[in-house]
Amino acid sequence: MRQEHLTMGVVTCLAAVFVALIFMVWPDWLVDVMGRKKQFVNTFLNGITLAGLYFLVASGFTLVFGLMRNVNLAHGAMYLLGGYIGYEIAERTGNWYLGAVAAFIAVALTGAALQVAVFRRMQGDDLRQTLVTIGISIVAADLMLATWSGTTYQFQPPEWLFGATQLPVITTIKPSGAEVYLNYPTYRLFVLGVAIVVGILLWLFLNRTRIGMMVRAGVDDREMLAASGVNVNLVFVIVFAIGAGLAGFAGVIGGSALSIAPGEDIRYLLASLVVVIVGGMGSVPGAAAGAILIGLAEQFGLAYFPTYGVVLTFLIMVIVLAVRPQGLMGRS
Amino acid sequence: MGKYIVLAALLLAYPTFVGDFFTFQIGAYALLLGTVALSLQVLGGYGGMVSLSQLTVAGIAGYTVAILGDNTTNVMGLGWPWWCVVTAAIAIAAIAASLIGAISVRTEGIYTIMITLAIAVSFFYFVRQNYPVFNGFTGLAGVEPPRFGALYLRDPAPFYYLSLAIAAVFFWAVRYERHATFGLALQAIRDNPRRMAALGYNVPLHRVAAHALAGVIAGTAGVALVWFNGRISPGTVGVDVAIDILIIAVIGGMRHPIGPFIGALVFVLLENFAIDLIDRERFNTVIGLCFLAIVFLSPDGLLGLFDKARQAVRADTPKPQEPRKHPDKLHHNR
Amino acid sequence: MSKRNLLATVAALSAFGLNAAQAESLKMGALATLEGAFTALGEDGMRGVQLAINEFGGTAGGREIELITGSSDASPDSAIRATRRLVEQDGVQILVGPLSGSEGLAVRDYAKTQPDVTFVNGSSAAQDTTLRDPSDNFFRFSTDGAQWMAGLGEYTLNEKGYESIAIIAEDYSFPYSLVFGFLEPYCRLGGQAKVEDRFWVPIGNKDYSSVIASLPDDVDALFVGLGGADAVNFLTQYEQAGGELPLVAGSITVDQTVLGSKGRTRDFVIGTPSASPISDTWDDPRWAAFVASYQAEFPDGFPSPSIFAHAYYVNTKAALLALDEVGGDLSDGGANYRTALSNLSFETPTGMVSLDARRNAIADIFLTEVIEGPDGNLVNDTVKVTSQVSQTFGLEYEEFLEYGVVGRDNPSCS
Repeated sequence: MRQEHLTMGVVTCLAAVFVALIFMVWPDWLVDVMGRKKQFVNTFLNGITLAGLYFLVASGFTLVFGLMRNVNLAHGAMYLLGGYIGYEIAERTGNWYLGAVAAFIAVALTGAALQVAVFRRMQGDDLRQTLVTIGISIVAADLMLATWSGTTYQFQPPEWLFGATQLPVITTIKPSGAEVYLNYPTYRLFVLGVAIVVGILLWLFLNRTRIGMMVRAGVDDREMLAASGVNVNLVFVIVFAIGAGLAGFAGVIGGSALSIAPGEDIRYLLASLVVVIVGGMGSVPGAAAGAILIGLAEQFGLAYFPTYGVVLTFLIMVIVLAVRPQGLMGRS
Repeated sequence: MGKYIVLAALLLAYPTFVGDFFTFQIGAYALLLGTVALSLQVLGGYGGMVSLSQLTVAGIAGYTVAILGDNTTNVMGLGWPWWCVVTAAIAIAAIAASLIGAISVRTEGIYTIMITLAIAVSFFYFVRQNYPVFNGFTGLAGVEPPRFGALYLRDPAPFYYLSLAIAAVFFWAVRYERHATFGLALQAIRDNPRRMAALGYNVPLHRVAAHALAGVIAGTAGVALVWFNGRISPGTVGVDVAIDILIIAVIGGMRHPIGPFIGALVFVLLENFAIDLIDRERFNTVIGLCFLAIVFLSPDGLLGLFDKARQAVRADTPKPQEPRKHPDKLHHNR
Repeated sequence: MSKRNLLATVAALSAFGLNAAQAESLKMGALATLEGAFTALGEDGMRGVQLAINEFGGTAGGREIELITGSSDASPDSAIRATRRLVEQDGVQILVGPLSGSEGLAVRDYAKTQPDVTFVNGSSAAQDTTLRDPSDNFFRFSTDGAQWMAGLGEYTLNEKGYESIAIIAEDYSFPYSLVFGFLEPYCRLGGQAKVEDRFWVPIGNKDYSSVIASLPDDVDALFVGLGGADAVNFLTQYEQAGGELPLVAGSITVDQTVLGSKGRTRDFVIGTPSASPISDTWDDPRWAAFVASYQAEFPDGFPSPSIFAHAYYVNTKAALLALDEVGGDLSDGGANYRTALSNLSFETPTGMVSLDARRNAIADIFLTEVIEGPDGNLVNDTVKVTSQVSQTFGLEYEEFLEYGVVGRDNPSCS
């Protein structure tokens, strides 16, 4: 208990320092030490918005693991599939929102089909399920390459999301005394907003619906849930569909922030793995915490130590696992 | 015993039947990949620790050879004598493996896969970004095996026999170890770590020791692999290749040390010839489907299929069957 | 006896008056990146190979060309694996490829172990592939990254007036060559490009937002040396972040593989100067004919052939021309064939190409600017042609070596 208080204290202090650094005007000595404020604030926002994207992808992953102990290594392939399907629909209908919804539905159905046709057959055999998902992701990546070729696809999100928004953060004061405010890409702020909304919806789903309660009961004790007469299979299918659908949805959101191309599947798979392991597998709040930590680490790494920045996130994961194997918010 | 003598004779005579491509690119390569997968089998099959960082350990040995020995990249290449280089490479691999073991032994099951995957990815990114020692993306090229007079080790037949020797030594070592005190203790720890701890066994130490042993196996194969390729770069130790090693071990079966070699042979044959069956560019689909088929049909890999077939034959002849001692399941006690 | 061999035998027996050896088809390998971040580039490279073979009607030197393709993911290891398979298993005698810089270095090293096989470059453009420690059987009829930049450094400084510049490029051998080629004249003439203003990002990086935030404010322009999906991502994000620096682009950054990508047309890059071995709008019948046949053959390709299609085309064509010259006879392990290649000098869609002593191309380079084409596609407009650029920029070999190996900090520009 003591240790937890200490951790909370450290986290609060760090958060306070960050907030102060963002809103104050930096004196010269601070600029000498840390570089320009614009770079710091931008990097911080990049980290937080990237965390939003990571949370979208990782929340589905962690939900599935928590309930079914199924490490779905095809989760990255679902992300990419969602991106491609969303692109096709958005392009044909000219409606970006429709693309995002279609991606969610199509990939959710795919996930449900996989759960029924494949994973149900090997319930309880964790390692075998993991291996099967590796096989599926290899085949899926190759088939998607055959279908959509290697071209880079970029979405056209609605006009109001394009461009930059001025934030009430002063980056610097010019010698003339004029205050320079920070401009930040609108779309990235939108990603963060979507992630927060999805997070709240997931919380409501898990805490306020009957199925959500079953899911939570199942996470705590699968055998008990089955013994209490609940149709476990149905719960599994629903959760798997939601998890996969979130990945597909994230494909459109993330594909519009960056782009959709072969190889993105592995990238987001690795990102969600790291996020979920750091946060604690099976815990949705853990996924949020992990996403923030990894998003910030990745962006600060890229901005301040570009050469070895990519190694940073994985080192964090190794350290967390070695010190606290169940993750930040996972239960031992 | 008899079947091993037949197998040994076949393996020794193999290069006289086939051409250079099959001796070197199929035979020697399958033996070396099999040896790396064997190190995973020691950890996974006997120790219950499925590790994705065995290729990383092999890669560490490979990089050590390129750095301490000679290369033509103008980066490092300290030019130590080959026996010094080889000893150092295997020792460093064993130390690295022990470190990885020390970090990962506290985790269980799927978490072990993840932490070792993270270590593998970190090493990949690190060598890709580091130019002063590892020469980054391009890696180190022009690594030559030692020459003994007219004998050039990278010629197909000599290299094949070298690989065969490495594979055979570790195969016997692992087979022997299975019934030795250490091996039995390791398997008992896999099945019930708590009981073994209560009996006074130092569980983490046994597991780290298993990692060190596996490190020697993977490291030795890593030295031979860098001689085989003549070069090493981040792609050699990439995630996809690390997963290939797992695929090999699973396809072959993790119950017996022969499994990884069967898996490696199937993998190398598929890698080279599956593309002739269907469209050349859809190689990954073929290998993925084969992998899926084996995982679906037999949890114990091809070895399991053989056993099933054998049992089906035996079922016809009424013969009292010895109950199999606990099948080496991976997650016996979760 | 495979069906293939049977057909070859039947062909040999038929009354064309050719002997069996000549009628036998000739195996030629083509290696490009058909997986990973550079897939789109590799696919276009393969279109170039196909164009050249079609132009020859599928035969050269009286022998039918049997094309066998190999795929890599732009890592040197995968390139070597694919090359080995093509050479040692499929038995190709001529190999065209690979696509990217570090692969080229690896294939060059491998070539030394296969003296009887002839290796013709695809589009790989790392300088050292032919400059230092070249291989006798590796030929490059396309130019290297440093050559591609000919004229751009001078133009940026003198015509555009950008006196200081920041650099963002991928962190491996090819962009090093590119940046070296750009900076060598730029710095020599007094331009400034501080080492701390050079941002080397890992290949395949997607999120550039923090690198963009780190870009200095006090430079006149930004040199972008990213390719494929990386370039698309960077340009979009830079625009979204409200980036204001004028751009100067490495050849692959404003290539058709980027300009032709699916999505928002980037008005943003209009006016960007670059230099490249091709120019989309070069007003020349040879180029026009090449573009026309590309468009006719591959309606789902890019609006106009990319650098990669061009480089693979030129290299394949060289391989086939030399085959014609020796009558398809490779029975001496290809020695005569390689002599023919070394002495080859021929017309390409972008002018005359010949080889130097280390078998690297001497060719014309185009200084370009991005404009909106008549059909709304973005294209590179020709500003100037620098004729017959050599790998050593016209210097003596020994003298050129004094510049040192290309890398993150070469030239230091101080």
